[in-house]
Amino acid sequence: MSKTGFPAAARRELADTQMRRNVGKATSTIRARRAARVAEVPDWEALRDAGAGIKARAMATMPEQLETLEASVTRAGGQVHWARDAAECNAIVGGIVVGHGAREVIKVKSLATDEIGLNDSLAARGVEAIETDLAELINQLGHDTSSHILVPAIHRNRAEIKLLFEHTIARGQDLGWEITAIAEAARRHLREKFLSVPVAISGANFAVADSGTICVVESEGNGRMCLTLPRVLITVMGIEKVLAEWRDLEVCLQLLPRSATGERMNPYTSLWTGVRADDGPQEFHLVLLDNGRTDVLGDEVGRQALHCIRCSACLNSCPVYSRVGGHAYESVYPGPIGAILTPQLRGLENAPTLPWASSLCGACYEVCPVKIDIPSVLLHLRGRVVREYKSRRSPEALGMEAVGRVFGSQGLYERAQKLARLGRGPIITAALPGWSAMRGLPEVPEQTFREWWRSRPPRPVRGDGPTV
Amino acid sequence: MSSAREVVLARVRAALGPGAKIPEVPRAYRQAGALGAGGDAATVDLFCGRVADYQATVSRVSGEELPGALGAACEQREARRIAVPAQAPPWTVEGVELVRDDPPLSPRQLDELDGVLSGCALAIAETGTIVLDGAGACGRRALTLVPDYHLCVVRSVDIVPSVPDAVSALARAATEARPITFISGPSATVDIELVRVEGVHGPRTLDVFVVEG
Repeated sequence: MSKTGFPAAARRELADTQMRRNVGKATSTIRARRAARVAEVPDWEALRDAGAGIKARAMATMPEQLETLEASVTRAGGQVHWARDAAECNAIVGGIVVGHGAREVIKVKSLATDEIGLNDSLAARGVEAIETDLAELINQLGHDTSSHILVPAIHRNRAEIKLLFEHTIARGQDLGWEITAIAEAARRHLREKFLSVPVAISGANFAVADSGTICVVESEGNGRMCLTLPRVLITVMGIEKVLAEWRDLEVCLQLLPRSATGERMNPYTSLWTGVRADDGPQEFHLVLLDNGRTDVLGDEVGRQALHCIRCSACLNSCPVYSRVGGHAYESVYPGPIGAILTPQLRGLENAPTLPWASSLCGACYEVCPVKIDIPSVLLHLRGRVVREYKSRRSPEALGMEAVGRVFGSQGLYERAQKLARLGRGPIITAALPGWSAMRGLPEVPEQTFREWWRSRPPRPVRGDGPTV
Repeated sequence: MSSAREVVLARVRAALGPGAKIPEVPRAYRQAGALGAGGDAATVDLFCGRVADYQATVSRVSGEELPGALGAACEQREARRIAVPAQAPPWTVEGVELVRDDPPLSPRQLDELDGVLSGCALAIAETGTIVLDGAGACGRRALTLVPDYHLCVVRSVDIVPSVPDAVSALARAATEARPITFISGPSATVDIELVRVEGVHGPRTLDVFVVEG
């Protein structure tokens, strides 16, 4: 899909009233559930502080953590690979899969593999990647893209999904209107794949350097199936997922489920370390992916975007996301976190409008379990876009320069006020349609304060009031 | 030594710059032990309530009542052949054939069984979570995953109050590279309209038996 930039994409998405209803309903449901589950934790703010500290420390000591992780995983019988970019990562994974002669792989939902386009790369090698997460399956069957970090098919409602399944994996059946029947159709469809496909691919929620343990958090059990039954397991993780020590999990495993699905704990959390004789995959590969992450790390303000634990609370609480939905962000990472992560991962010049995809209301920062100050990073990136990429001769830059001159002189300022009153507002609106489309112009009052002050009839001075 | 490794590590070092400050992690939250040792009546009550919130059933029984309770549950769920871990204690379930995972059952054999009976390493009261660590009565991971019905025996003394208590107690299992699985209720999804429904790929029914004492 060619990228149009956020304003045009948002306008296109807003025209889809069904999507707006679906996303609006789902985000308001999850907001309430998250709020209730967070409210019952008395030390929530202390956990957020710890979460922020854990991630900041992992970033500041990343070379050491990655080397420790590599050593721990290798010691436990795993193989560690490093990938500079998407192409290198796809080549590594593809090589392992083809080396085992596999024509199919089963996949656990993974944003990192979506980011690098792994499924298409595997298809080019003649390997079919089968998504096993229910929402990913829905998107794969519908040739659709993700619109939410956690629930990628949130833009579809049950009626749409029922029809999709009745035309694909449950052809000729009437699934009815219960979600359980739709889930059961997915269970029947995928069970044989779980029992027979020899290679699985996953992402990682956390990777603990000191123990070499990888953690995947999920709900359905498709994750456990992929992580347990195939002979070969390949995990692709962004380098920012590393945690320094085992006990860091005691914080992250409290913050993530309550922030993500509004549950005290998600149904299944799998933790594994290398390979285990007679239990689970007998060959384990861990691919450590950069793909722009070190560029993000190089920006002292922007690097906190790498702290994200992918809970999606910022999406659900965002007044912009809950109206335009995920596709408007034209990225695997939508919503407020996407607005700061995507431009930094891809390069500002490739997503220059995203830092403006926000009203700066601050709700995202309030709910972030690791206290990423998204509004500040948005402002910082706006500044960088203007300084590094926007022309000095742009209408906005010229306008601001003119305003600066007017504000610097009392005479010019008062004349400008008179001009505005004479109806120059509509002229500005007409001359700067792009600028005024997103901004309301204030009504110009009949009289300025200075004019009123000068026209006041003189009054007797009382007490110690100022004399005129 | 691969060059990608050297390049990525060099990029990370360059991005951080010289003399990066290493922040302390503030740990003012309730750490392991802050809520007591667990196993007491209040902790067990909390655990049972939280498990029930996930649409799992909880039965509180004595050691003598356990075989009858397991048998009654299997009868209600129409489970006649169920798997047990290779190193399970000598459980008996009235009227049910127990299939020991020794030699290891294949995924297909597991798929044909009606259920699985396991113990657990520990359980977390605050979140209603049972934790398996791949040893003893926990069994292999596939064992408690493929069958559609999971019966889990939890000893009340193994119920800890909080997530930090559990993570602390599991440090040794992690060091020994044992696989660890947290289970909170039956398999579920919120992928459609963010409504939680029970039952996708993992066991769709979870019955928990808390053995007192």
